[in-house]
Amino acid sequence: MWRFTVLRVLQAIPVILTVITLTFFLIRAAPGGPFSSEKAVSPQVQAALEARYRLDQPILQQYFSYLADLAHGDLGPTFRYPGRTVDELIVDGLPITAELGFYALMIALVLGVTAGVVASLKPNTLQDYVPMGAAMVGICMPSFLLGPLLVLVFGIWLQWLPVSGWGSTPGDKLLPSITLGAMYAGYIARLSRAGMLEVLSQDYLRTARAKGLPEYVVILKHALRGGLFPVVSYLGPAFAYLLSGSFVVETIFQIPGLGRFYIQAAFNRDYTMILGTTVFLATLIVVFNLLSDIAATWLNPRLRYQYK
Amino acid sequence: MTTADLHVIPRGVSLWQDAWTRLRKNKLAMAGLVFLLLVTLLCLLTPWLVAYGYEQQDLRLGAVPPSADHWLGTDTFGRDQLTRILYGGRMSLAVGFIATAVALLIGVTYGAIAGYAGGRIDNAMMRLVDMLYALPFMIFIILLMVVFGRNLLLLFLAIGAVEWLTMARIVRGQILSLRQQEFVEAAVSLGLGPVAIVWRHLIPNALGPVIVYTTLTIPNVMLLEALLSFLGLGVQAPAASWGLLISSGVETMEEYPWLLIFPGLTLTLSLFALNFLGDGLRDALDPRTAKD
Repeated sequence: MWRFTVLRVLQAIPVILTVITLTFFLIRAAPGGPFSSEKAVSPQVQAALEARYRLDQPILQQYFSYLADLAHGDLGPTFRYPGRTVDELIVDGLPITAELGFYALMIALVLGVTAGVVASLKPNTLQDYVPMGAAMVGICMPSFLLGPLLVLVFGIWLQWLPVSGWGSTPGDKLLPSITLGAMYAGYIARLSRAGMLEVLSQDYLRTARAKGLPEYVVILKHALRGGLFPVVSYLGPAFAYLLSGSFVVETIFQIPGLGRFYIQAAFNRDYTMILGTTVFLATLIVVFNLLSDIAATWLNPRLRYQYK
Repeated sequence: MTTADLHVIPRGVSLWQDAWTRLRKNKLAMAGLVFLLLVTLLCLLTPWLVAYGYEQQDLRLGAVPPSADHWLGTDTFGRDQLTRILYGGRMSLAVGFIATAVALLIGVTYGAIAGYAGGRIDNAMMRLVDMLYALPFMIFIILLMVVFGRNLLLLFLAIGAVEWLTMARIVRGQILSLRQQEFVEAAVSLGLGPVAIVWRHLIPNALGPVIVYTTLTIPNVMLLEALLSFLGLGVQAPAASWGLLISSGVETMEEYPWLLIFPGLTLTLSLFALNFLGDGLRDALDPRTAKD
């Protein structure tokens, strides 16, 4: 087990380095410098600007000094918000995105697991079709459609909930969280239904019933642990999807989180901001994939053998 | 029983006939298939079917709700919405099919090579896939679109390049297990080269899972395109795609809700159809995974 954990951690390092390198050179390959769209400036000012952002150095040197700064956790200054650093913007945006992601994940897990388990108990009956049909709607309805529709119905027509913002008016966190969570609820429902069906036919459940355990103990204590393996392995990738999903949801609901910063940086061609955020998000995703792999292996002893 | 009866060879049921029979019994999957064929046909024939051009504006008209002249209404520029949805469908379906074809090509080739080579080569190739899996690709596609501009060809390639990983894994797993079987040995002893063995003997036997996964990749790809267009990083006006139509529908949904609802409905129904067809194909082609 420790061997597996160490191996997985070692594998994550080249991935993160690859991301940094790829992103760095991709952005340098972009046509036009970051200041080329500005009003014409005198050559001296241009040179001063370039010196400030180290653009006058050879590219390899820029790369290595970027890596050195990165090792200290310094993602550099932004181009478009003078005087502010990428670090500051990430620190501002991250808690909001994390909170949104957390609510969405909770909604997805509670709704998804409930729907999946309920459906798996009576397969191919109405009790199966209704929750699974709802799950399919969740999967097929993209967030950039679901969000606006929810806003239209609950925000504009019924006027029950605010249409945008985050934490400024009561209840404004509800619609974004539902919008972001809906699709994952659908996937989790399907995964937990499949996992539960696999487990429910197994001998150890018959044993549990045979020794007289009440049905809810059999389901909640014995079946659920095995039936939810697929959900646990899905959580790592789901985290990455949640992050990219938050780009859209934050844009729709005008939430000042990381995702909206990223999209804005992409439109503004704020290269240091794009680079910094990409590196940060990529590292986050790699770390979460790592954690989910390790968690899945702890939970499921069968996965451990290949690393013995 | 006469001798004549003995010469009647019972007609065997091939895997594909068997799968087709099973698929035909699945009502949802068949409804999906019919819907998709219909949409594809409509989109292919659009230029000959519709009375308006996709960028033909009628500014005096402005946005009008559905009527006899404009079945699904018009947008703020007075462009006929049905026409734009159909032209958008051409774009969305093209992205779906082309990007999936790119993913199919890379994934099958890569997976087949890894699976057939086996051993250390396989190990190294699959480690690379593992590594790529961990990369945040959505972010990279946005990055590519920003760096190289909104180039449609690039969009196809970028999306295809993201979706090949799972395909490679599936093909590699299939080939790895097929490689051990006697018919491959027979082919080797007949003197066939590795390319012929992989192409003529192994890949055809791995087609089932590949078809299933392809069907399930198309909706993913279409969603990705719609998402990028929604964010303003994909298809650009006056061209249309479903994502772009939804995006502009959102801007005016308070006054003209039909501009959001119809493109949204079209996209959602198509994704529904593709997912149902994919699920149905999986159950039909691989009875083992049919859970019920």
